[in-house]
Amino acid sequence: MRATDISAPDYFHKVVDCQWACPAHTPVPEYIRLIAEGRYSDAYMINWKSNVFPGILGRTCDRPCEPACRRGRVEESPVAICRLKRVAADFKDDVQQRMPRPAPKNSRRIALVGGGPASLTVARDLAPLGYHCTVFDADPRPGGMMRSQIPKFRLPDSVIDEETGYVLSLGVDYKAGHRIDSLKKLLAENYDAIFIGSGAPRGRELNIPGRKEAAANIHLGIDWLSGVSFGHTDKIGKRVIVLGGGNTAMDCCRTARRLGGEDVKVIVRSGFEEMKASPWEKEDALHEDIPILNYLVPVAFTHDNGKLTGVTFQKVKAVYDDKGDRLLVPSGEPDVTYDCDDVLVAVGQENAFPWIEADCGIEFDKRHMPKVDPTTFVSTNPKVFFGGDAAFGPKNIIWAVAQGHEAALSIHRLLSGEDITERPLPEVHISSQKMGIHEWSYDNDVSPEKRYKVPHRDKVVALKDIRTEVELGYDVKLALGEAHRCLNCDVQTVFSNTLCIECDACADICPMDCITFTDNGEEADLRSRLRAPSVHPDQSLYVSSDLKTGRVMVKDEDVCLHCGLCAERCPTGAWDMQKYFIETTHAGHACPSKRRSAA
Amino acid sequence: MTYIAKPKFQHPGIKKNALGYSHRDYEGKISTLCAGCGHDSITASIIEACFELSIEPHRVAKISGIGCSSKTPDYFLGNSHGFNTVHGRMPSVLTGANLANRELIYLGVSGDGDSASIGFGQFAHAIRRGVNMTYIVENNGVYGLTKGQFSATADRGSKSKKGVTNTDNPIDLVGIALQLGATYVARSFSGDKKQLVPIIEGAIRHKGAAFIDVISPCIAFNNHAGSTKSFDYVREHNDAVNRLDVLTGRDPIEIDQDPGTVQIVEQHDGSRLALRKIDADYDPHDRLGAMTFLQKHAAQGQIVTGLLYVDPEADDLHSHLNTVERPLNRLGAADLCPGQSVLDKINASLR
Repeated sequence: MRATDISAPDYFHKVVDCQWACPAHTPVPEYIRLIAEGRYSDAYMINWKSNVFPGILGRTCDRPCEPACRRGRVEESPVAICRLKRVAADFKDDVQQRMPRPAPKNSRRIALVGGGPASLTVARDLAPLGYHCTVFDADPRPGGMMRSQIPKFRLPDSVIDEETGYVLSLGVDYKAGHRIDSLKKLLAENYDAIFIGSGAPRGRELNIPGRKEAAANIHLGIDWLSGVSFGHTDKIGKRVIVLGGGNTAMDCCRTARRLGGEDVKVIVRSGFEEMKASPWEKEDALHEDIPILNYLVPVAFTHDNGKLTGVTFQKVKAVYDDKGDRLLVPSGEPDVTYDCDDVLVAVGQENAFPWIEADCGIEFDKRHMPKVDPTTFVSTNPKVFFGGDAAFGPKNIIWAVAQGHEAALSIHRLLSGEDITERPLPEVHISSQKMGIHEWSYDNDVSPEKRYKVPHRDKVVALKDIRTEVELGYDVKLALGEAHRCLNCDVQTVFSNTLCIECDACADICPMDCITFTDNGEEADLRSRLRAPSVHPDQSLYVSSDLKTGRVMVKDEDVCLHCGLCAERCPTGAWDMQKYFIETTHAGHACPSKRRSAA
Repeated sequence: MTYIAKPKFQHPGIKKNALGYSHRDYEGKISTLCAGCGHDSITASIIEACFELSIEPHRVAKISGIGCSSKTPDYFLGNSHGFNTVHGRMPSVLTGANLANRELIYLGVSGDGDSASIGFGQFAHAIRRGVNMTYIVENNGVYGLTKGQFSATADRGSKSKKGVTNTDNPIDLVGIALQLGATYVARSFSGDKKQLVPIIEGAIRHKGAAFIDVISPCIAFNNHAGSTKSFDYVREHNDAVNRLDVLTGRDPIEIDQDPGTVQIVEQHDGSRLALRKIDADYDPHDRLGAMTFLQKHAAQGQIVTGLLYVDPEADDLHSHLNTVERPLNRLGAADLCPGQSVLDKINASLR
């Protein structure tokens, strides 16, 4: 293999698995270290810069970082990254003073459609640059689906108010109760750019027999949730069936339990394991005595005189075809009917753009989704940008934020007369952590502790009040213990082949047998000759240039604990532990262009 | 020196031996030697050899004297018996332990000071008696703990870190061991585990006095230009006569080169040594030839490494003395005091 080019920004970024997996590339290990030091406000600001809604995400994020966490490959569970983010939000001091100041306005006007995470991220990035941002939303308060669909027992209003407040206080106009029903009219108002972050606001229908007849007791999940959220709905029948296996279904069933549902069931088509809901959300539902029944396909709503009486299901089983794709086929057993008073349908969300006229210059694809460039987020109208669920269908908040940043960057470049397809490189700092012979400026002693559980409120109390937050969050002591579990993957092992004397000290001490000195070869061949088997071929090999004996140093990055023992045992300083801090470049006064060679 | 404990986490795909242990289970405490010390590589090689042979750690007694090398038994086989003796007295303590309990595997770990200076006589007698042991000298040519004076194995003409030239003649421990009748003699290099690990395995499986001289560069005081025990010098002057593979059980022998160049040596316990010849003329069963070969190459500045001599039919001290089969701690009162009639018989035989 050719020697690894560690100057390419992506190489070490990929070693920080959590940050690499995060759509917004939040510098996770950096803020976890700050939490361990008790510097909650600093930890919060790193998050705020990167993901805009740390307190909200610390409660609701889908956590793509956690399955990626290296700790999960070393022991049972990853670091509780998401809940540590909440710790930063919970224990920070007043951070208002640290926020960017509202800038003197330039003459550029941006219209943002929808007041959810995508639009607010765009506004957050552009307002401090002097753009006049106007957010239009039908709801009285900002937040979009974060406010309307996520139940208050998971995400209190106070957190949404605080974090949307930081954005609006940058001098962003929020036009409450102002639904945009014609893009054409908006275009006519001559905004310099329009960002559409209107989400995926329509619940998917379930058109099976009985739907119309029993309509009074059949509710679309997301509409019902926002009804609850805004206080229009405050009760439900005693026996409730929730159809669907995503996170919305989990929110529906847990909300139903709090509004009078005593016998609440979730019934899904697929197997329990394949459900779209995050494992922890399923766990929380089960904990609230909500059974999840699987392999049942709804075939009809039963009703009596216009009153819903139950749902009939066909039993199915999973079979796998030649290609290994799963199919659900009838198991041949008789259909079953479960009695109920109400049904909540949470079988998916759809985008809806009835307000975009055909002559607005916006082209749609076969699936009725706007044609959007996945890098710049521009539509076929060069002034109109999309982001969040409106761009590529329903995903999670963190994706909306990441896309918002990119769209804001595009808008800024467009209005600065620059090419929007040219994307700036991330900002990278790398510096040695060596303080003394065996002292490092990070805590390299690896904690053996297992993942700490987040304390929950007592179930009896939690189920009584729909506005009582269930999760209590880590206290300072638990947070410190959990923070110590982080392996500091951003503190990189940097190797210098010219200093190495091939004494083997690093290979001998490495607790995970990551390091091999061997003859060079093709990647597959090298992987077969490592000291410990290569378990995850998607993890990089760090290969040095030739050493004195003609061999090379090969390090499998996979399960490196970043304990720094290789560097401690190296007599010549050929290994060094260097902190790698990488931040994606947002819209700003100095967006460096890609002309610069790799760092 | 490292202050943190080595993390207990192991590679998820780590290899296990017949006992279900990984090589991590053969580790001891974290080394307090200087970073990069050759001795730590020897420690790692001993760990590897015991792991490969699936040795039960409680079946091993590791015995050492004083010095950097003699500290190392603390860094491997944390669950074995150990004895850190007075300077240079490892061989006698090992001999005594071996006589008392012949069922353990004896690992004597010593250095060039401990074996070639203060313990030179002890070394000679343990070898001469044919004690069943693996005697490893971690040879760096300097007194590291007292800041790098030449030891008795330093080559004449080699330079100290301060630039002083050594004027004394060196003691070649391999030559002495051959002369005193060691039945398994090898030399290796801490920087070549591929060679060293099987040599240690073969020595552990050998019945009789097995002696291994391991050149182990002292990073702090003997790894400079002018030293003859530095990484660079040893790599440049290393003349390996053979490569060894130790085969236990019924593993088939894979021969990836001309079969004529592979020699199979079967030891007492059934283990087989597959010797891949590098020097076609070298015969590892010829004690006299080995001694000549060594002297000749030493004069040319070459460091001869490999398994230099092996006598597969060797005996040990116990067979010479015709001692009781069982360890002394398992002899009961009836064995030790067999009664008047036995005494009468002995007395009668002497009349």
